[in-house]
Amino acid sequence: MRKTQISTLMIAGLLAATPVAAQEKPVLTVYTYDSFVSDWGPGPQIETAFEAECGCDLKFVATGDGAALLSRVLLEGAGTEADIVLGLDTSLAAAAAASGLFAPHGQDGTVYDLPVAWTDPLFVPYDWGWFAFVYDKTKSDTVPADFEALAASDLKIVIEDPRSSTPGLGLLLWVKAAYGERAGAIWEGLSDNIVTVTPGWTEAYGLFLEGEADMVLSYTTSPAYHLIAESDDSKAAAAFREGHYLQVEVAAKLAGTDQGALADRFLAFIATDAFQGAIPETNWMYPAITPTSGLPKGFETLIRPDKSLLFPPEEAAALRDAALAEWQTALSR
Amino acid sequence: MADRAQPLSAGLRLGAGAAVLLTLALTLGPLGAVLARAGTFAALGPADWAALRFTVAQATVSAALSLGLAVPVARALARRRFPGRGLLITLLGAPFILPVIVAVMGLLAIFGRSGLVNDGLAALGIGRISIYGFGGVVLAHVFFNLPLAVRLLLQGWLAIPAERFRLAASLGFGPGDIARHLERPMLKALGPGIFVTIFLICLTSFAVALTLGGGPRATTVELAIYQAFRFDFDLGRAAHLASLQLALCAATALVAARFTVPSAFGAGLDRPVARWDAGGAGLRVLDTLLLGAAALFLLAPLAAVFLTGLPRLATLPEPVWRAALRSVLVACGSTAVAMGVSLPLALAIARRGRAGMLEVVGMLPLATSSLVTGTGLFLLLRPLASPGDLALPVTVAVNAAMALPFVLRALIPAARDLEADYGRLAQSLGMRGLSRLWLLTLPRLRRPLGFSAGLTAALSMGDLGVIALFADEDHTTLPLQLYRLMGAYRMADAAGAAVLLLGLSFGLFWMFDRGGRADAGA
Amino acid sequence: MLVLENIVISGFFPAASGRILWEGRDISGLAPGERPLSILFQDQNLFPHLTVAQNVGLGLCPSLRLTAAETARVDEALARTGLAGMGDRRPRTLSGGQQSRVALARVLLRSQPLMLLDEPFSALGPALKDEMLDLVSDIAVETGATVLMVSHDPDDARRFSGETIVVAEGRAAAPEPTQALLDNPPPALAAYLGT
Repeated sequence: MRKTQISTLMIAGLLAATPVAAQEKPVLTVYTYDSFVSDWGPGPQIETAFEAECGCDLKFVATGDGAALLSRVLLEGAGTEADIVLGLDTSLAAAAAASGLFAPHGQDGTVYDLPVAWTDPLFVPYDWGWFAFVYDKTKSDTVPADFEALAASDLKIVIEDPRSSTPGLGLLLWVKAAYGERAGAIWEGLSDNIVTVTPGWTEAYGLFLEGEADMVLSYTTSPAYHLIAESDDSKAAAAFREGHYLQVEVAAKLAGTDQGALADRFLAFIATDAFQGAIPETNWMYPAITPTSGLPKGFETLIRPDKSLLFPPEEAAALRDAALAEWQTALSR
Repeated sequence: MADRAQPLSAGLRLGAGAAVLLTLALTLGPLGAVLARAGTFAALGPADWAALRFTVAQATVSAALSLGLAVPVARALARRRFPGRGLLITLLGAPFILPVIVAVMGLLAIFGRSGLVNDGLAALGIGRISIYGFGGVVLAHVFFNLPLAVRLLLQGWLAIPAERFRLAASLGFGPGDIARHLERPMLKALGPGIFVTIFLICLTSFAVALTLGGGPRATTVELAIYQAFRFDFDLGRAAHLASLQLALCAATALVAARFTVPSAFGAGLDRPVARWDAGGAGLRVLDTLLLGAAALFLLAPLAAVFLTGLPRLATLPEPVWRAALRSVLVACGSTAVAMGVSLPLALAIARRGRAGMLEVVGMLPLATSSLVTGTGLFLLLRPLASPGDLALPVTVAVNAAMALPFVLRALIPAARDLEADYGRLAQSLGMRGLSRLWLLTLPRLRRPLGFSAGLTAALSMGDLGVIALFADEDHTTLPLQLYRLMGAYRMADAAGAAVLLLGLSFGLFWMFDRGGRADAGA
Repeated sequence: MLVLENIVISGFFPAASGRILWEGRDISGLAPGERPLSILFQDQNLFPHLTVAQNVGLGLCPSLRLTAAETARVDEALARTGLAGMGDRRPRTLSGGQQSRVALARVLLRSQPLMLLDEPFSALGPALKDEMLDLVSDIAVETGATVLMVSHDPDDARRFSGETIVVAEGRAAAPEPTQALLDNPPPALAAYLGT
C-alpha cells in the first residue's frame, strides 16, 4: 500500500491510490485524535489485539486533536464513514450529544474505576486523569496548595488556551467549579503568574521542559512518564486543596453505523484488559477499569487528590461562554 | 523603453490559466465550500474585531521591521566579499523554513526566561527581560521573515548589472550616490512586494502569536477562526473571518502594486559584479558589525535547536525515518508543481507590463487560513474519495500553492527585466514556445528559479498544514511525526527529529539554490 | 526620437491604419520574427548567456537544433565576419567591434530580403564603424537584401549612397537619391546638417 502511494506521488498524479484493504473482512472505522494512533500511542497495540479476536479490519482515522475530532464528525454529519468516535472528553460531550449523531452504547452493566459515578447512556469512558500543575522538584521548593496560594506566589506558569485546547478548557472549568462567582477574581490574581497561554498541551509542556515556567497545566499522571520512561523522578504534580478537575475521555457509537454488531463488540472490548492495559504507558492516563495486573510500577508514587471536580456535560456547555468571557477580561487587563 | 503589454502565446496563456485555476481552486474554492456549508455569514463580535486590530498591528510592525532591517544587511552582503559568504547567505535563510514550534523553541533557548540572554543579564546583575507579549510576537516574526527579505533584496542587488556599478565607479560615486541612483530605484521596485508578502505571512500567524503573545490580548484572526471551527462549530463566523483576511490581502496587494516602480536598469553582459564603492574603513566596520549581529540573531537559535537534538539523531525510531522519506518526496512533488505553475504565471504577469489581478491572485494563498483551506478541501473532496487516500496529493497541491506567493516574489522582477532587456531581440529572431523557454527564459531566470525551488521544497518539508486534517497512520510527514513525538512526551526524540527536519529542509534548499547559482563563466 | 522598433514594418509597433504589403503579400499580422527582415538594434543584439556560435545559430533556427550542415554554415558565417575560432566564447569576452560582427554574422545567416539597422555601430570608432558598414554592404550584396538604416550621421548615408528618407518634425519625406539630397538639402535637413 505504501509503495502504491509513493509511486502515485512520483508521477505527480492527483489520483487517489487504491487502498488494498482486505476485501473479505468487514471494516470497523474508528475516528480518533492524532496522538492515539501515533506510533507511540495506544492505537497500534489495540488494533493488533482487537483484530486478533474480531475477524475484522480495525481502521483508525486520525483527525488532529479532540476538538478537531468532534468538528470532523459534525462536518460529515450523518454521512460519516465513522462507526465509532473515540477521544471526545466531557467538556465536548454535550455538543456531541446534541448533534443526535450518536447511539446509546448499551454497555450498562460495566463498573468503572472512576472517581465519579458514570451513568451516561451515549458515552463509554476509556481513560481519565486529573488536571494538575506539574513542577520540577529540584527547582521549586515551595509548592502552592491551592489556586489562591499560587496567585499569591511569584511562581510562573504556562497554561493552554481554552479557545483552542481541551486542557485549557478543563482549567477554565476547574477554576469555575472550585470558585464559582469568585472565578474572575482568581484569574485576575493568576494573571501575573501566567508566562504565556499556548495553543495546545504540546507547546505548553515543551515550554515547561525548556525551563520557561515553574509549573505547567498538565495531568497528575505526567510525572509517571518521566519516572517510568526516563527514570527521572524530578517531576511532580501539585496537590490542590480545592480538588482537581477531571478529564474523562470517552468513545461512542454512531447511530448511522453499518457495522452495528462490530461497533458494539468494540465498545465492549474497551472494558477488557487488552485495551485497558495499553492505556497507562502509552496515553499516560488512568485506565477506566484497572486491569487485573494493576497499574504499572511507578503509578503508586503519583498524588491522588481526595476531591474530584466535574461538571455534567450540559452544565459544562452552559457555563462555557460566560467563563470564557470572564477569563478573557481578567487576563486582558 | 518599450513597456507595452505584449500578446501572450497560446502555451503561456494555457499555463497561466492553469496556474490561476489551481490557485483559486485552493483558496477561494475551499472558502466557498465552507460558506456554502454554513449557509450564511455569521456576525462578528467585539472580540473578533479586537483580534483583527491586533493582527493588523503586529503584522504591520513585523513587516516594517523585517524589511527595514533587511536593507542594511542585504546591502552589506551585496558589497562585501569574504570567505564563507555563500554559506552564510544560505544559512541565513534557514529560520524561514523551520516549523514554527521548532523555531519557537530555538528562540526561547536564546531569549526565553531561562535563555542565554537572560542568564547573561542576570550574571551582570541586570533585570531579566520577558519575550512574551507584543514584542515577542514581533521578535519571532522578524526572526522568521528577516531572512526572506534579505534574500529577496539580495536578488535585487545582484540583478543590477555590473556595468552600472562600473559606470558609478567611473563617475566617482560614493555610497550615498550609489544609494540614490542605483539602490533606491531597486528598493522602490522590490520593497512594496516584499513588505506585503511579510505582512500577509504575519496576518495568518497562529501558533507564534499565541505561544509568545502572553495571553488573550494577543489574539489573532487565525485563532478566532480556529475557535469558530473547533469549539463553536460556527462555520459562518469562520467563513466571515477568512473572507476578511482575503479581502485584506487583496487590498494590500493592490496598494503595493500601485507603489511598485519598475527599476529599469537595462541589461548588462553578465560580467561579474565588482564593487569599487565599498572601500572606507568606517563602512567596512559597519558592514561587519551588521552582518555579525544578523548572523548571531538568526543563527544562535538554530544552533540551540541543533545542539539539543544532535545526540538523539542516530537513535531516532524507525517511523520517523519513514516519515522523513515521505516528506522529501512530498517536497519534491510540491516543488515540481509549484515551478510548473508559477513560471508561466510570472511570465504572463511580466508581459502584461503593469501589476494587476493576476498578481493579486498569486498572493491569495498567503492570506488563506490553513484551517479553512483544509476544511474546505475536505468538504469538496470527501464525496470523491476517502480523505486518507488523498492526503499526500492534497498536501503536494496545497504546499505548492502556499509557496506560490514567495516564488512569484522572486520570479516576477527577474521576468520583468528579462522581458524588457531581451524580449524584442527574441521576438525579432522568432524565438517562441519551447525554444524560447529553453534557450532564453530558463537560463536567464536560473538564479531566481533555483532559489524559489529551494524555498518551496524547504517550506513543504516544514509544513504541518493540511496533512493533519487528512493523514492517517500511513501518511505521516516528518513535521507531523515530530509533533506526535512531543505529544507523547518524547521531547528528546522530538528534538532529534527537529535536527533531521532542519538538515533535510536545509539540504533540499541548498541543493536547488546551489543549482541556480552554479552559473557558467560567472 | 526615431527608434527602429517604432517603424511599423518591424512588427513591434502596431499600424494605426493601412496594410503592409511585401511582394504582394499582406504581412501586417505577422510577428517580428516571421517577417522577411533582420534587425540590428542600437544595443542588446546578443544574449549574454549564450555562446557566440549559439547567438549566430539562432539566425538559422530559433530552437538551435542545428544539423551538421547548419553548424558548418555557422562556422562559415563566423569566418566570413572575421570571428573564426571564437564560436565558444561568450559575448562579454569580446570587444565592441567583435560583438557587432557576431550580430552581423547572424544577419548573414538569416539571409532575409530586408535589413533594418538602428544605428547599430554608433558606439564604435570611425575606422571600426566604416569597417562594419562595409561588412553590412557586402552582406547586403551577397544576400541581395535591401538595407533600411536609421542614422544621425550624414556620412553613414553617403557610404551607402542609395536613397534617403528625411524624417523631420514627425513627417517622413519621400525617398530621394542620397548624394543629390545631401548636396542640395531641403531646409529641414539643412538646419540639421548645420550648413
